[in-house]
Order: sequence, then C-alpha cells, then structure tokens
Amino acid sequence: MKRLSSGIRIDTSIVLQFTFDGKPYQGHVGDTLASALLANGVKIFGRSFKLHRPRGVLGVGLEEPNALVTIIESGVREPNLQATMVELYEGLVAVSQNRWPSLEWDLGSINQLGGKVFGAGFYYKTFFGPFRNTRIWHFFEWFIRKAAGLGSASHVADTAQYDRMNAFCDVLIVGASSAGLDAARTNSKEGKRVIIADLNPSYNTDGLTDLANVQLLSRTMVWGAYDGDTFTAVERVSDHRTPNTGEPRHRQWVIRANEVVLATGASERPIVFPGNDRPGVMLASAMSQYALDFGVLVGEKIAIFTNNDSAYGAARDLANAGADIACIIDVRGQISDEALMLAGEAGAEVIKQFAVVNTVGAKGVTGITIQAVNEAGQTTGPTRDINCDALGTSGGHTPLISLAVQKGARPVFSNDFQAFLPPEMPKNWLAVGKLAGDGLEHVSPVLIINAEKPADKAFIDFQHDVTDQDIDLAHLEGFTAVEHLKRYTTLGMATDQGRTSHVAGMSRMATLLGKSIAETGTSRLRAPFAGVSLGSIAAERFGHVMPNRLTPMHDWHNENHAETYAAGLWHRPMAYMHSGETIEQAYVREAKTVRSKAGLADVSTLGKILVQGPDAAEFLDRVYTNMMSTLPVMKARYGLMLREDGILFDDGTAWRLGETEFLVTTTTANAGKVLEHLEYFLDCVWPDLKVVTTSVTDQWGSMAISGPQARNILKKVVTGTSVENDTLPHMGIVHGQIDGVSVMIARLSFSGERAYEVYAPSGFARRVWETLIEAGEPEGLVPYGLEALGTLRVEKGHVTGAELDGRATAADLGLGGMLSKKKPFIGSVMAFREGLVREGRLQLVGLKSLDGRALNCGAHIIENASISEVATSLGHVTAACYSPELGAYVGLALVSNGKKRIGQKLILSDPLRGMTMPIEIISPHMVDAEGSRMHG
Amino acid sequence: MRINCPHCGLRDVVEFTYACDANRQRPNLDVTDVSEWNAFVFDRINTRGEHKEFWQHNHGCRAHLIVVRNTVSHEILSVELAKQPLALATKTPRKRTAAK
Repeated sequence: MKRLSSGIRIDTSIVLQFTFDGKPYQGHVGDTLASALLANGVKIFGRSFKLHRPRGVLGVGLEEPNALVTIIESGVREPNLQATMVELYEGLVAVSQNRWPSLEWDLGSINQLGGKVFGAGFYYKTFFGPFRNTRIWHFFEWFIRKAAGLGSASHVADTAQYDRMNAFCDVLIVGASSAGLDAARTNSKEGKRVIIADLNPSYNTDGLTDLANVQLLSRTMVWGAYDGDTFTAVERVSDHRTPNTGEPRHRQWVIRANEVVLATGASERPIVFPGNDRPGVMLASAMSQYALDFGVLVGEKIAIFTNNDSAYGAARDLANAGADIACIIDVRGQISDEALMLAGEAGAEVIKQFAVVNTVGAKGVTGITIQAVNEAGQTTGPTRDINCDALGTSGGHTPLISLAVQKGARPVFSNDFQAFLPPEMPKNWLAVGKLAGDGLEHVSPVLIINAEKPADKAFIDFQHDVTDQDIDLAHLEGFTAVEHLKRYTTLGMATDQGRTSHVAGMSRMATLLGKSIAETGTSRLRAPFAGVSLGSIAAERFGHVMPNRLTPMHDWHNENHAETYAAGLWHRPMAYMHSGETIEQAYVREAKTVRSKAGLADVSTLGKILVQGPDAAEFLDRVYTNMMSTLPVMKARYGLMLREDGILFDDGTAWRLGETEFLVTTTTANAGKVLEHLEYFLDCVWPDLKVVTTSVTDQWGSMAISGPQARNILKKVVTGTSVENDTLPHMGIVHGQIDGVSVMIARLSFSGERAYEVYAPSGFARRVWETLIEAGEPEGLVPYGLEALGTLRVEKGHVTGAELDGRATAADLGLGGMLSKKKPFIGSVMAFREGLVREGRLQLVGLKSLDGRALNCGAHIIENASISEVATSLGHVTAACYSPELGAYVGLALVSNGKKRIGQKLILSDPLRGMTMPIEIISPHMVDAEGSRMHG
Repeated sequence: MRINCPHCGLRDVVEFTYACDANRQRPNLDVTDVSEWNAFVFDRINTRGEHKEFWQHNHGCRAHLIVVRNTVSHEILSVELAKQPLALATKTPRKRTAAK
C-alpha cells in the first residue's frame, strides 16, 4: 500500500493527525478514515459480527459492510460508522469494534472453530430446542449478547446540537451523478425551484451555483420517501470538522417536492467465493477510486476477479496509478474487444472461465488459488496459485432502488444486469442514470462460486456473517419464502441493509428453488436507506430548546422559592419552600394555612374557552350532562362532559357571562381536547347551531384565593363591587377592579373552603397577584402550590385527571346525580349501557393508612396480605397525601363496590416497592362532608 | 402526506389531526335505543380504498374538513369544509396555493 502524489478529493498540502485504537496516524484534508488508514498500511479494521473473523475494507462509500468503527467525541461514543463515510478531521479519535482484547489478537475468533455450530438459526435451535423451558438461555444470554454484535454506545448524554428544516421545491433531485446534474440544469433553466442532494462532500456544480432557484445540498442523504411526495434527508453539517464549531451536527430535512428525479446510481457488489472476506479483497471499483480520488494504491500486485467488463477499466486505472496487475480472472468465456483492449493497456494476463476458489494470508491477502469454472459457477480441474497482495472483485452493479420502492411497488428483475431495477414510477417521478439501467454493464449470472472442495467459508452477507451454506441450510429446513429466509438467516438485516449481498442471496435461493430470481422475488426495502442519527430526528423537540408554557406569575413563583414541575408543557409550582423544609413539610404547612387562614394559588393553566352565540345555551345543554340553559346570568355551575361512549371525559365549570355568552373552564390536561370536542360537534354534527368557540386560556391569568379569611382580604382590595355574600354568594360572579385592573371574580371552591377565583388580563395578572399577597399578609395568607391544592381536594374527594382515567363513569366517581334525566346529551344513552352499570365496578372511595406510613399511588387494595393476592386486586390508589385535617396519610382509590366497603379494613399491596400495609376504606368526603364552609 | 385546506392551502399532515370516520350516521340526540348508539360508536367498516373522514386543521384555521383518502395509497382525493361558513355560504372559498 502506498500514498500517491495526488488524488482528486484530497489536499496533500495539509496534514491531519488522528488516532485509531490509540495509535497516532496522519492523513490529509479530504481523506476518509478508510482511505487514511489504508494509506498508512492498516489492513484489519474490525472483527466480524458472529465469527470474529478479521475484516478489512471492501468498498469506498455507503456500500461498506466490514469497516465499522466507533468515533469518540467528548466522551460520547458513536458506534457502527462506516470508515468509508467518516471524513477525517484534526484530532479524530476512532476505535475498532467487536474485538477483545485487541484487534490483532481476538479471543472471540475461537467461534470460527465452532464451524457449522453457529449456522443459521443457532440460537433458536439451541435455546428453544433441547434446552427449551430450562433457564440456560438466561445463563448464556449475557455472554452471547457481549460476543455477538457490533459497537456499543456510551451512557453519556449526547451534547451535540441537531437542527430541523422544512423545504419545498418543484423538483427534488437525489444524487449528483451526471444524470442528476443534467436534470438539475434543465429544470433550473425552466425556472423551477430545484433542490439537489448528494451524499458526497462535493460535486460538480457547473452552471448551478449562485442561482436563486437552486439549492445545493452536499453530505446529504435522502433516506425516506413518504406519502404526498414528502422526503426525509439528513445533512451531516459538521461531522467532518473538529467538534465545537457551534454548528449543528446534523440537520434533518423534510422536503416536499412536486416532482422527483432519482439519480441514486448503482453500487458495485462482490462475487461470492471461499475466503472472500480476507482483508485485501476489495471491490474493483473501490480500488480504482482509492487510487484516483484519494491517491491511495491498495496493493502493489493486484489480481482482479470479475463476471463483467467494468473491472477491466478499474484494472487499467490501477495500472496507470502504478500497480502491477497480476491477472484478470473472468468467469466468462466471451469477453468484449473493448475489455480486452483495457486489459492490454493494463498489461494484464486475462484468464477466462476461471474462478477464485481460495485466498491465503495471515493478516491480509498474499495469494489466491484459481480453478476452471463452468456456466453454473461450479469449479473443477487442476488449481493454480497466484501471488498478489490485493484482490479486486466485481460481480456487477446493484442499482440503489430503495427510494423508488419504499412506498410498496415491486422492483423488476433484469437478467442482463442481474439486478433489480425500479418499477414503473408515478407520473411525477423519474429514474435516471445507472439507477434506471443506463450505463450498466451486462453481467454473467455467476455471482456465487461453488468450489469443488471449498477450503474456507464463502460469505454472502459480510456484516452478519451469512455464508452460502447458511442459505442452503435455511432452504433445507423449509425457509423457502424470501422474507422467511431473510429473517432466519438475518441476510441483509445488518446496518448495510444487504447493499452488497442482496442479489447474491436471492440468486442462491433461486438456484435452490429451481426458479429464476424474478420468480423468487425480493424482500421489501424500507426507510431509512442507511443509518440516521436519532438526535437529528428529535432535534429541537428535546432538552433545553423544548417549548414551554409559562403562566403570567411564573417569575414570581421562581423569585419566591417555588419548587416547580412540568405538567405537559406547563411549569407549575409544587410548593413554596421555606428554608430547611421538605416538600411534605411545605405542602402540609400551606394546606393547614388555607384551612385556617387563607392561601393563593395560580390556576392559570386551567383551560378557558369562550362559547358565544344565540345557541350557546342549547349547545352546552347538549355537551354537558347537566342543564346549563337554566343558569342565570353572572352565575357559574360545575359541569361534566361525557365521551360518545358514555365514559366521563372532563369536568369543569361554565360561567354565564351574558344571555348568549359562556366561559367554560376545563382541567389543565384536557384543555386542548375539550376545545377540539366542542369544535367537532359544531362543525360536523350540529352545523345549524349558531355558536362560536374561542380559546382564551392564555388571555386570562387566574388565581384562587381560598380560606376563611379570603373574603376579608378581597374586601380590602376590590373596588367597583361588593364581595359580600348577598352580592357574591357561592357560585356567583362579579366584575370589579383590583389595583385599577379590571377583574372577574367567581366564587368557586376546589378546596372546600370559602374560595374565589380571580381572573385578570394576563399582562396585569402578576400585579393583581402581588396586590393580593400584600393585602393578605396581616391575615396570614400564603401562596400554595399544586401539592397543597391536591391535598385539599383529596380531603374533599374532588376528582382530577388521576380519576378521570378514561375508564371511570360519572356514577363510578359518585357524580351520577349530575346526569340530567330531563334532556339528552352526548353519551346520555351509552352511559347506561350494560357494562357501565354492572355490579362490581370500581368506585371512588377514600383510604386511610392505619400504621402511619404513607400510601403509594398505583398500589393495589387486596383482602389478604399475601403478595400473590395482587391477582385478585379490588382496585388501586389514584392519589395520596398527608392530611393535616385528619392527621393521617390518606388517599383516594377506585375500589370494586367501593361504596359498600366503607369502614372495611383491608390491605394495601405494592409489590413493585415491596410494601404491604393495613388501610381502612373511608368516605372520599373526609373534611366538611356537608359543605358548610364554602357557603355563607 | 399533505392536505389542501380550503382556507389555508396545501399544508403538511403534521398540522392536522384525524377526527373520525365521516361515513357513519350519528343517531339523533333524542334516540334512546342503545343498540343504535352501540353500532354508531363501535362498528367500523375498515374500508380498503376510498374513505371519507373528518380531519381538523388544528395548527391552522381549526376548521374540520371532509377528506376523501385512499387508505391503500394514502392519496388525498378531495378536501372540503365540513361546515360551510354561514355568512359566506353563497361565495366560493378563497383559493390559495402553497407558500412559495
């Protein structure tokens, strides 16, 4: 191996330092990791998947099955990258994979001695055969998972940035081959918006630069074709540069195209023969590309083995670059004059109707053995040994049809090219160039050599170690359908998706079936075309750049030591911490203060929908289970909505602000769903109703002031209205001002105390909040968070999302009385169907811990203390907290026939956390059951 | 997949939410026969081929649309508003092309 003075893609004036398995090497700008290592004389790049055989580089680009490496950047390991696709940069750190203790000397290679043991279906046969129902698999699994496989990922968080881009174009051109570039020029001249995407770092952009209607994408792989001519592509923006340039690492493109030109080309595949995986055996075209593009001559004395004419050009190129061509071995008897002329230029002996039957060499090819071959690929007769230090093979080219067939159309097999070509395309799609068969060479059908006495294994799928014998075995065992064979042998299921092995595998199978390849068919190709980083798919929808929804009082919460947590996209205060307090101490203090004095909570996250129009009252009668049309103006009412199937959907309040105007509130979690629900019925079911709905969640900042002192505090700050009981009774609404800000105050109680919800325009909500905090100080008012809010509602047996679980009915939660008998509503018939009214349904109850320990949400209620009794669970805990009012840990639960069990002493079982404890079933209305505190 | 919203023009499917099958005939609200409601809520034809369905343009005009979609090829065959705007019922909706 040697470095030539120049190559098209490299700049020899700049030297880059990098390491491979800790050893320092040098390369040039433009090198790939593969070309740089080859130039440094490295032959072994990794060990194979199953048999741990030493493997070198086979190809030059995306077709590479063997040379997989792990790149390490700032502690993050990215495994299974093709060395042929990794562009070199200063300081690159690469390590080889699947070897232990070292690449040169690998213990796992004893797997090779197992011979046929590790054939197709080894794991199934061993662990589901003689050892079925034993625990032997559990014993061996760890070793097997460690031994078989590719690289391993790190547990370090990926700190790289990823980006996402949407693009539209008239014509998307995939592949900057000459056919693709021609299409780009033609379409851009017609004024069409063109996007051209190519995998390579650069391509010939003559006549395409600086055009407003042309976008040139390089290092960009179009990997998926989706409905509506939508394509996904990943651009490797900065992988080729030393990290921390501030650029995103990858950019994920979603491209919507009106027309598509596929110019994805074709990739060369090898011939299958014994010993074909020895380092030094490469694709002939890859050898010539290393010489021309990267200035790397992979051998001094190179033999070529082919079944078509294309390798003759490669031989000539290699000879021109300074290699000695040992010979060209061709399985065919008839060879074109052009090919023979090229052989002459290369100074190579042409050996017709011969095939390679073995390779030798400890760390790489040092020689090959050849034998005469017939038209079926069977060898006979005397053998001949040839000395060489590299072997280039060509089994023809496989068009890269993935994008053309991802949507389901079956490709068409061509006997001339021994390859699958794209099927008939949709009218706005075009396949050009080698993908369409233009410029492909005719190929002999001999893709697999059946050596008379095979001296070594012949690999069809290098990456998954699938040999010709594995396919024979699968056939013998009855796996005769293409998709079965693929899954049983794992042929083509590795990261390279069988790019080099697919046709040879199908050809072997067709021979065994006695059918043609066209009749045998092919397995389905699916997205992605090649590996895509998950980071680029998540992009900005993850981590610190994820969107947030913040209430108008958010900053105040942070300034006042609120511990917050995420509720959907919202961030809500959990509790306001005094120094030295635990969360539990904080919420118990807050809840106590609300019951004894007053508290203020931010409830801006509740969904708020304005329902307006002459038919608004009629509409709400239909969607709520209870009557809303009888609600007087400036009064609010608690309401339930059901789904079409009769299950409880959401609870909230409706405020009648005028004869034809209602403000509807929803739970935080269901705000979006309730709006959709209302819109659906207005658009699709009752379009005759004159009603419009508007989301006003973000327009109002809302806060709940609760507790015995709540009214006294409001009295101090509210102007323009009285807040006394006669003006503002329970469920009443008034308009007024606080500190000059117009507010709406509704007297609603979630805590069971005398409580008011104050609605202020978002922009002024913090000011109103601060005014209330200040005014409430002498009365002992404290801000309270979601934990205290939850405690107060648990004590009252009020339901939230945890109980509205999509299975519970209104009756299950003790709200059956809210289902009006006077009018029909959504779900009114289905709510009473057989399954929803039967005996034994889970009903809402309260729970009390009897041994002073806290209850766990999700734990099950059982009758007997044995853990196995969980199988006969009576129900589960939906909410748990410490109740300052009861002085005990309490909870809410859904329990079978719960109402009848009140007073029973049962067991709470939590096998996940290994806990059982005695509990008592109590009424869910634990505090002020008659509701006297919120009135008057 | 892209849907040509009569209000907003050709938009990507991520802006829309599938609502439900538009072939079903919802019983009138005053129907009390539970078997009729059962059939409406649970029975599906599961059409292979052209299928009429409701979609909502959540991240756009929020209108519900009646979309005819081929369930095999995902080709969108027609899109119309589920509810004609009352005041504009006699006018044709404004047509727009995809954003350039």
